[in-house]
Amino acid sequence: MFRFALNRALTAIPTLLIVTLMVFGIQRSLPGDPATILAGEQKDPEVIAFLRERYRLDDPVPVQYLAWLGQVARGDLGTSLRTNQPVSELILEKLPVTIELALLSLLVAVAIAIPAGVVAAVRKGSLADHSATVFALSGLSVPNFWLGIMLILFFSVQLRWLPASGFVPLLEDPIENLRRMLMPAFVLGTGLAAVLMRQMRSSMLEVLQQDFVRTAHAKGARGIVVIVRHAMRNALLPVVTVLGLQLGALLSGAVLTEQVFTIPGFGKLVVDAVFNRDYAVVQGVVLFTAAAYIAINLVVDVLYAVLNPKIAFLGRG
Amino acid sequence: MTRAASVSSAPRGGVATWWTRQRGLRRMVKRPLPVFGLVVVLLFVVVAAAAPWLAPYEPARTDFGALRQAPSTAYLLGTDEIGRDVLSRVIHGARASLQAGVISVLIALALGVPLGLVAGYYGGVVDELIGRVTDALLAFPFLILAVALAAALGPSLTNAMIAIGIASAPTFVRLTRGQVLAVRAEDYVQAAVALGARDLRLLARHVLPNAFAPILVQATLTIAGAIIAESSLSFLGLGVQPPTPSWGGMLNVAKNFLVQAPWMAIWPGVSIFLTVLAFNLFGDGLRDALDPRDAA
Repeated sequence: MFRFALNRALTAIPTLLIVTLMVFGIQRSLPGDPATILAGEQKDPEVIAFLRERYRLDDPVPVQYLAWLGQVARGDLGTSLRTNQPVSELILEKLPVTIELALLSLLVAVAIAIPAGVVAAVRKGSLADHSATVFALSGLSVPNFWLGIMLILFFSVQLRWLPASGFVPLLEDPIENLRRMLMPAFVLGTGLAAVLMRQMRSSMLEVLQQDFVRTAHAKGARGIVVIVRHAMRNALLPVVTVLGLQLGALLSGAVLTEQVFTIPGFGKLVVDAVFNRDYAVVQGVVLFTAAAYIAINLVVDVLYAVLNPKIAFLGRG
Repeated sequence: MTRAASVSSAPRGGVATWWTRQRGLRRMVKRPLPVFGLVVVLLFVVVAAAAPWLAPYEPARTDFGALRQAPSTAYLLGTDEIGRDVLSRVIHGARASLQAGVISVLIALALGVPLGLVAGYYGGVVDELIGRVTDALLAFPFLILAVALAAALGPSLTNAMIAIGIASAPTFVRLTRGQVLAVRAEDYVQAAVALGARDLRLLARHVLPNAFAPILVQATLTIAGAIIAESSLSFLGLGVQPPTPSWGGMLNVAKNFLVQAPWMAIWPGVSIFLTVLAFNLFGDGLRDALDPRDAA
């Protein structure tokens, strides 16, 4: 098991290095002098000189890359031009908001997807199955920012039940925070629910055909017990992997959802940075998300191996 | 040499698969949802192609006497914040969306399929290297990558399509690579290798034709994703630039007028939803029809 985890971690390292090369490459491919670009609109000669020094821009490109990589490895992602704050500080400041949004949407998604997927599989071909399939396809096809706009139109403009935008920190007023997170979490959760439901349905269908399920039925276990205790537990495994892979989609969705509901999270940070030409922030955020994605999928893979020892065994061969 | 030709022209598995596919396609035509998808896709293609003739007004024509007017007989879907006809703009918006969907996927195919072929065919260090680059690309959340590229290249429809194309390429690399590995193990390919068929011939005659169906299915489904991606970027202001009409761009403005002009927000979104749904339904239908595993 330990060897599997170690092996898996070792393959993540070259991937991570390629990610840094790409981020470095994107930044260097911007037309013009990097220091002038990073200095933003002001073009203050002092700032430009400082940046030339800091990023070793007078050295050969490989040296520049290694110098930058060294700074990144120490957690130094550069400084925002707008606020003069370190980029890593900005990220840590905005991240909790997005994590809360992501966790709430995950809750919404799981609450919809798991029961719907199980029912659709158990009653395959029934009206419930067909409606679940139609729901999943619609969930995949609806642009989440538009769904957000429609919810605002209905619940905020028409019914006046929920505020359309504005954010209240969780620690300041938990109830008000949840009230304002309700629509964003639902919007972000439906897309994920569609993907998870399809996965749950197909893996449940596969498990239901297996011998141990038939055995459980044959020994006289009640239908619901067989479904929950025997089939569902095994069908959940591939769903966990899909969940890890959906993390990127969840973050992409969060960028849009935060824009619609003006939530000051991670996604809004990137979009605002793009419009402010605050390249250091864009670069730092892109690098951070890619690294986080690799790390989380590493954890998911190892967890998966813990839950299903066959994987680690096969991985050894 | 003649033997090699006879081996390649009648691959063992090939004929059976061809029959199952024919049957599959016929089954698909009988099912309502994929057909509905195809019809809606074609409908939007016609709307996009004939936009100048179908639209009642010029999409950029402003009527300052009719700002944010509710739907009426003159303006069937109402007007926007500077008096432009929403219906005409929705009709013209189909062009950006379909163009982005198709061209992004062509870019993704042009990048992904050759890399997948090379990785799967040669294996070894090349495969390892391409695999790591693909993993690295997949690590960037789609929209974050597109936002970063749009920021680097400047916001425009062309750059949005390039960004979406690059971000979608990894799927095709992995898919093509998997197909190559599967086909390589087949007896008839082994036979062709034994008879001295060269690399290019093997790839062109045996590998690509077999990989075609799954790639086609994936391409159809990726068009759906690419249309959402383009409208998302345009919604953020990083795609199609005003005054050119795009569904995402229209929603970006509409969200500021939800109280005064809710009609501005409805139809561009319905259009995105219908187009994407249609591609998804059609792609799903194609997959069921072309997948021999379900053919029984």
